[in-house]
Amino acid sequence: METLEQIKVRTEAAIAGALLEIIPNDSPSGQRSLLVDPAHAAAVAAFFRDDPQLRLDYASNVTGVDWLDTVLKEKVKVKKLIEGVEKEVEEVVERKRAGYLEAVYHLYSMELKHGPVILRMRTANRSDNVRLPSLTPVWRGCEFQEREIFDLYGIIFDGHPDLRRILMWDGFLDHPMRKDYVEPDDYEYEPTPHDEVLEKMKEHYGQKAGQ
Amino acid sequence: MDEGLRSELSKQGIFTTSIEDLYNWGRKNSVWPLQFGLACCAIEMIATSMARYDLARFGAEVFRPSPRQADLMIVAGTVTKKMAPQVVRLYNQMPEPKYVIAMGACAISGGPFKQGYNVLKGIDRYIPVDVHIPGCPPRPEALLHAFMTLQEKIGKQSLTNQDRPRHLDPAAASEFPVPHFGEHDLEPSSNPDLWRPPSLVRAD
Repeated sequence: METLEQIKVRTEAAIAGALLEIIPNDSPSGQRSLLVDPAHAAAVAAFFRDDPQLRLDYASNVTGVDWLDTVLKEKVKVKKLIEGVEKEVEEVVERKRAGYLEAVYHLYSMELKHGPVILRMRTANRSDNVRLPSLTPVWRGCEFQEREIFDLYGIIFDGHPDLRRILMWDGFLDHPMRKDYVEPDDYEYEPTPHDEVLEKMKEHYGQKAGQ
Repeated sequence: MDEGLRSELSKQGIFTTSIEDLYNWGRKNSVWPLQFGLACCAIEMIATSMARYDLARFGAEVFRPSPRQADLMIVAGTVTKKMAPQVVRLYNQMPEPKYVIAMGACAISGGPFKQGYNVLKGIDRYIPVDVHIPGCPPRPEALLHAFMTLQEKIGKQSLTNQDRPRHLDPAAASEFPVPHFGEHDLEPSSNPDLWRPPSLVRAD
């Protein structure tokens, strides 16, 4: 299979205005992914599926990720005058990054027996602009998984044929997989609470009981 | 009736009993369970009904597909909050006398999912449970033991006293409120007439 760089170049050439970004991965797997802008995502997905060299006809897995507002620390080399001598010094620069929600598609080709290619889409923010285009028209199997993301993360997929909650009930308002989800306080006695359960216990009974 | 006299009479070929014993003997040997399972515990329940463990020995092999014909509800498996109203509704649709066995860690307490947001922390929050079986899942022997415990309980029920079966007590509640899907949780989160949260009492 082509490298991600080749896929990126060819896709950007084939679809006018599409912008792909390769997301690095520092983990041992080193599995990099392609970030696509939501406006061109449907066209890019159709290109991935129909291109004779890619033929990514199978979306094996669709999942969501919640990224909170964070402060990223980056090391930057800066030239500074120290005691009259110009030296290169490493400085830590803090950069704020607004949170967003992400939908991740793992794509394989049954026909050419290669993959996975990982496709990502990001929403503009986590609160009021959480819309992404649905890729169910391209890969039919995404339907239930996009519904699950809608249910648990609250991403609204435009163009989805049947966007309803799938695990929780219809009147439920929260999105339980979001990192700032607050569970109903229904802690019950446990003989050996630990870790998060211990935290829940302290919160439920008040600090006195936690001592 | 005096036990000695009864024993003496039976030696003479005269069998005596009381209406109560006869009535309960009939009831406890034809307990028909409702045929439904919620999770992996149901597999053990199915195994119990099959030839190796043979629930038919206790007169309970007739798993009924309709709650209208069932006497016993075996809550076999995890009760999610989304499923809980349906389980309570099925229970309400069963005619008296009816009994409940809560089978497995999930049905009695929520089990490994107890601290989650989506699993009910025990079905005894909404319906009265007669026998609890721990285990994950309980073996068929455990279910048989629960069944025998239930038979014992039915056999001991007096027909006139305070602990008489609910169908002989016009004042006893036969249906229990079905919880509603709320915006964040089930409403109410438990039935206070049946269940109260355990309170933590400390010496200090």
